Amino acid sequence: MSAIELRGLTKVYPGGVKALDSLDLAIPDGEFFALLGPSGCGKTTLLRTIAGLETATGGAVVIGDRDVTGLQPGARDIAMVFQDYALFPHMNVTDNIAYPLRIKKVGKAARQQKAAEVGARLGLEQLMDRRPGQLSGGQQQRVALARVMATQAQAFLFDEPLSNLDARLRLEARTFLKKLQHELGVTTVFVTHDQAEALAMADRMAVMESGHIRQIGTPAEVFQRPANTFVAGFIGSTPMNLLDGVVRGDTLEVSGCKLAVPQSAEGLLHDGEKIVYGVRPEYNVYSAGPVDGSLGGNVSIVENLGASYLVTLDVNGVLVQAVVPEGHEPLIGDEGYALPRRDRALIYRDGELVPA
Amino acid sequence: MTRFVLHRIGFYVLIAVLLAFFTVPLLWLASAPFTSDPTYQVRLPDFTSENFRAILDNPYALGSLWNSVVLAAGTAVLVVVFAALAAYALSRVRLPGRDALLYTLLLLSSIITGTAAMVPLFQLAVELHLIDSQLGLILIMTGGLLPAAIFMMKDFMDSTPKSYEESARVFGASPLQIVRHVVVPLVRPGLATIAVWAVANVWGNFLMPYLLLSDVEKQPAAVIMYTLYTEGGQANIKLLATFGLLYSVPVVLMYLFVSKKYGFRFHGGIKR
Ligand SMILES: Nc1ncnc2c1ncn2[C@@H]1O[C@H](COP(=O)(O)OP(=O)(O)OP(=O)(O)O)[C@@H](O)[C@H]1O
Ligand SMILES: [Mg+2]
Repeated sequence: MSAIELRGLTKVYPGGVKALDSLDLAIPDGEFFALLGPSGCGKTTLLRTIAGLETATGGAVVIGDRDVTGLQPGARDIAMVFQDYALFPHMNVTDNIAYPLRIKKVGKAARQQKAAEVGARLGLEQLMDRRPGQLSGGQQQRVALARVMATQAQAFLFDEPLSNLDARLRLEARTFLKKLQHELGVTTVFVTHDQAEALAMADRMAVMESGHIRQIGTPAEVFQRPANTFVAGFIGSTPMNLLDGVVRGDTLEVSGCKLAVPQSAEGLLHDGEKIVYGVRPEYNVYSAGPVDGSLGGNVSIVENLGASYLVTLDVNGVLVQAVVPEGHEPLIGDEGYALPRRDRALIYRDGELVPA
Repeated sequence: MTRFVLHRIGFYVLIAVLLAFFTVPLLWLASAPFTSDPTYQVRLPDFTSENFRAILDNPYALGSLWNSVVLAAGTAVLVVVFAALAAYALSRVRLPGRDALLYTLLLLSSIITGTAAMVPLFQLAVELHLIDSQLGLILIMTGGLLPAAIFMMKDFMDSTPKSYEESARVFGASPLQIVRHVVVPLVRPGLATIAVWAVANVWGNFLMPYLLLSDVEKQPAAVIMYTLYTEGGQANIKLLATFGLLYSVPVVLMYLFVSKKYGFRFHGGIKR
């Protein structure tokens, strides 16, 4: 088990696409680390560069205390699960799981026993003689995990390991994967474009945007205090309200309403400066009657979230969302008021959180 | 309604004529060897084994079939091995001008085994002391078939996902291990196709062995067939038909075997 460290890692593809731009990242030993970002931001590239399947254009990859930047993938002592699992179609489950051991010249009996052991641990006993084509998506995923476990590598790399599963199975697999990683204690980097998945599974996570890391932190930190408006807009099952505003003395003017300065930014703002006011719909307290320091307008959309409703208010032409508990949802056209919680609202100056 | 019926009748008549066109020679091939006095007509055979005895008496007939097997197998093995390696490299390594290279090769190949290159090829074989040698013939035919084989093989290689190989690479497999453990099993139907195609090509090739092999002992069946004359200088229909049957059976058997064993299957394992 080893820590992973990236120093100024840069990857430029032939043709000039700069997929990674001088990334620095340190992942301590045993951590379950998520790489999150929109499609095309360079997550897969980052993972493949760590694995050695892509050669870095600049910078260094350090695994444990070895600089592996110039090493072949096989010499890096890592194991990877591909997005499509890449189970060998002509081998049965046993041979697939045992394949890394075959490369390491482990005897046939020994590696079959190891495969049986690992397979049993992942509940694959009944499937050991099947070919990958005869397995369901969830079973294939477990075979891919078993194959990686059999390597006893220093670190695991997963590229969207859950994206091929249906929604229900994905929740199950999420819990399973987290438990497994916790038991094994192997440093694991996994890529996902699903923010809920990253929040749910990771010990720490990085949010990427076009080759840059925009924030690193625990899921709680990233969710509660997104470092910039990009992360703020990307994280959360309902996107954060990001409203343009201006500082007016001790208060803020946001789309025609007068709001209090959030606790976190108190005393840090200058009169007359332009800011972006951020508040998650969950932290907007909704009421039907006027409240001081709230965003008032007319209800334009009401969406059912199950145990609650997402209400969209038209506040002087700007859309503001609030989550309302079931039973209290308004009708479309009603007057409504959203009062942001002062301890949860955030201020962004030039796209960056105040205070940084 | 009548128009429709007439249409159908016309259609079936056409099909029947087409079928007859292809079936009659086959029927002839199946019946003539068992007929005591075969002509160019298809007739019910009297099931004599006389013709087979006669062909066995020909000193070169059986040997020539064996020669055909040697030439075809040798060429097929070389073509499959070289085409697989070349196609793998061409499919996986980015080379500037790769496609141009492939198309040029393909173009050249039709010239190499074509009639135009016969004289230089002959001279080359003489210079290299490969004239009248089966090895020489195998090498030349391999050269002729390779470009098209590489072209076909590259298509198979291109259609197998890279992640299988990358996965093996991350586990530490060497390039040769990757080819042996992963690539070859995955493109096996492709390899079988190329092998069958190469065998069929060599089996039916008359001109090359006729020019490059002068020793009758070394000549393949396609050339020996050309020597089956009666004393009067007429084509010996008895021997021709019988030898023709013996000549076609191995190829038919090979097709059946290969399609049963390597028929196009793909087991899955990549979730799409
Ligand atoms: N082999 C390649 N050659 C050139 N450009 C590439 C190559 N692979 C990826 N890119 C480019 O690099 C950028 C990052 O791609 P990457 O695959 O890492 O994105 P990603 O974050 O994994 O996206 P997704 O969530 O869609 O998988 C993209 O702009 C992509 O077009
Ligand atoms: Mg990706």
